[in-house]
Amino acid sequence: MSTVPASLPEAGRVRSWVDFYLTSMRTQISSQFQYRAAAYMYLLGMVAEPVIYLVVWTTIAEDSGGTVGGLTAGDLAAYYIVWTFVRNMNLVFTPFGWEWRIRDGELSGWLLRPLHPIHYDIAGFAGSKIPWLLFYLPIAVVLTLVFDPTFDVRAAEIAVFAVAIWGAYLIRSFNQGALGLVCFWTTRVSALFSLYIMVELLLSGRLVPMTLMPDWVQTLAWFLPFQWTFFFPIETLVGDYSNTELLRGLGMQVFWILVGIAIFSLVWRHAVRHYTAVNN
Amino acid sequence: MAEPVVHVRDLRKTFDVPEREAGLRHAAKGLVRRKKREVKAVDGISFDVASGEIVGFLGPNGAGKTTTLKMLSGLLYVTTGDARVLGHVPSKREREYLRRMALIMGNRNQLQWDLPALDSFELNRSIYRVPRRQFMETRDELIELLDVEDLVRKPVRQLSLGERMKVEIIGSLLHRPQVVFLDEPTIGLDVTMQRRLREFVAAYRQRHDATIMLTSHYMADVEALCERVIVIHHGRILFDGDLAALSETVAAWKTIGVALENGSVGDLSAYGEVIHRDGDLVTLRVPKAETARVTARLLAEQDVLDLNVEDPPIEDVIELVFAREAPE
Repeated sequence: MSTVPASLPEAGRVRSWVDFYLTSMRTQISSQFQYRAAAYMYLLGMVAEPVIYLVVWTTIAEDSGGTVGGLTAGDLAAYYIVWTFVRNMNLVFTPFGWEWRIRDGELSGWLLRPLHPIHYDIAGFAGSKIPWLLFYLPIAVVLTLVFDPTFDVRAAEIAVFAVAIWGAYLIRSFNQGALGLVCFWTTRVSALFSLYIMVELLLSGRLVPMTLMPDWVQTLAWFLPFQWTFFFPIETLVGDYSNTELLRGLGMQVFWILVGIAIFSLVWRHAVRHYTAVNN
Repeated sequence: MAEPVVHVRDLRKTFDVPEREAGLRHAAKGLVRRKKREVKAVDGISFDVASGEIVGFLGPNGAGKTTTLKMLSGLLYVTTGDARVLGHVPSKREREYLRRMALIMGNRNQLQWDLPALDSFELNRSIYRVPRRQFMETRDELIELLDVEDLVRKPVRQLSLGERMKVEIIGSLLHRPQVVFLDEPTIGLDVTMQRRLREFVAAYRQRHDATIMLTSHYMADVEALCERVIVIHHGRILFDGDLAALSETVAAWKTIGVALENGSVGDLSAYGEVIHRDGDLVTLRVPKAETARVTARLLAEQDVLDLNVEDPPIEDVIELVFAREAPE
């Protein structure tokens, strides 16, 4: 038996990655199909949040003579219907998951495998979106019939939207992954994560469209990652962006993905040294 | 001489463990200043394991066995010292290394809970980049060896502990690791299942020329599989050598089991220490050097129906090793 360090076969490396991502997504889809009732209940919970925002803002718009901040009830309906879709697409493995994974020792299994766990999280959550979307489509039809949204969409916007929802997914994956790594030091991350969610609610367009926020908040948000995970993908469909603005938005997403990868990698290198492999 | 597969020199691992007294006052004090105690889990151990060897790692709870295996598998960083496995430094967790080894722990669940194990095997195939043909061969071979054809098609959550352990082991060996660290693989399993797993481990080692390090609280595992044992206590190695030599070195006595004619049992304390008595069956403990003489005397002086001389049970020997070390 050779004790000389072995090298991975170079040939087929890209194919191996594709194989892993597809296999992992398939596994996750199969897992999701095991719990149909839970998936439906989850979706109902997820739809409740935008419906509440929608009812509130529609009422305000009607009381303000038909618009609020220049947005009609139809615009707001379009915003929150796309919001629901984007929200589903940018769901990621949360810091709570990291907390459980570290405290329970489940991470040990992943550290023993020749693949960083973030790949499994990204692939797994990407796979789980497919059944969620299948469940969501009938709900979207009902929301459209009830709230009568105003859509005026160009082909370029649809194309950018299709890319932007994955950009949003990756930004959130790395941001929340880096936050989750704090558990290597503290074991509990819920307080920090709550703070993160609060900031995200205000600066991402998740709570209200960014155009309804004060100018200085909009300016601040432009320089932070949050709005590129909600507001930008939503606006690619419901807003009136020029092609330049669309490309600039994608560029910002790439920038924040790279920043996220850099921060996550840096923290990981230090964090994993603190792992004590308790429970397992 | 061939390079050892596992090479460990003066390996140490210390943990900073927070501790405090019970009660609200101490909990509040802990908010300001946390007291920590340094615990030496592994305290300067050295050993080598050659290719194809199967070594039993023995010790009581908290001795440092699992910590050592975790360092060798790259789960834990070493505090000081040198550890190399297959030429790799485990804590670097190089993919090339992780593809050539496995750490199997009796209480861990790595399979997808809601899906049949076959789906998890497929996921492992993609993670370890096992060529499909090799994967199919290995999977079918392991399924056959452990006789789990029916189990791998059931959702994992519906399997019993023993059944799950068997499919867990298959999942961990699909990439044909050259080095396998087994931590309490038979924990919680019934006797039949334990024996089955022991046979499996032996067969895997033989078929794939694997190097295996094993910890177990069941001496039957160690006796059945390991020619060499390393006894560890308080993070230090107390013995490293042949299992048979351990008994020779540490235990200065043998046991003589005697079955006597019905009703003829009298006081046998003149022959040695009577450690067990059940009707006409008596077990004596006698000094090793005296064994032949005592046996001859028993046969000459008593109505002996049956007699056997044995080394002391390995559990007793191990206990003796621990008892010899001054408590900390």
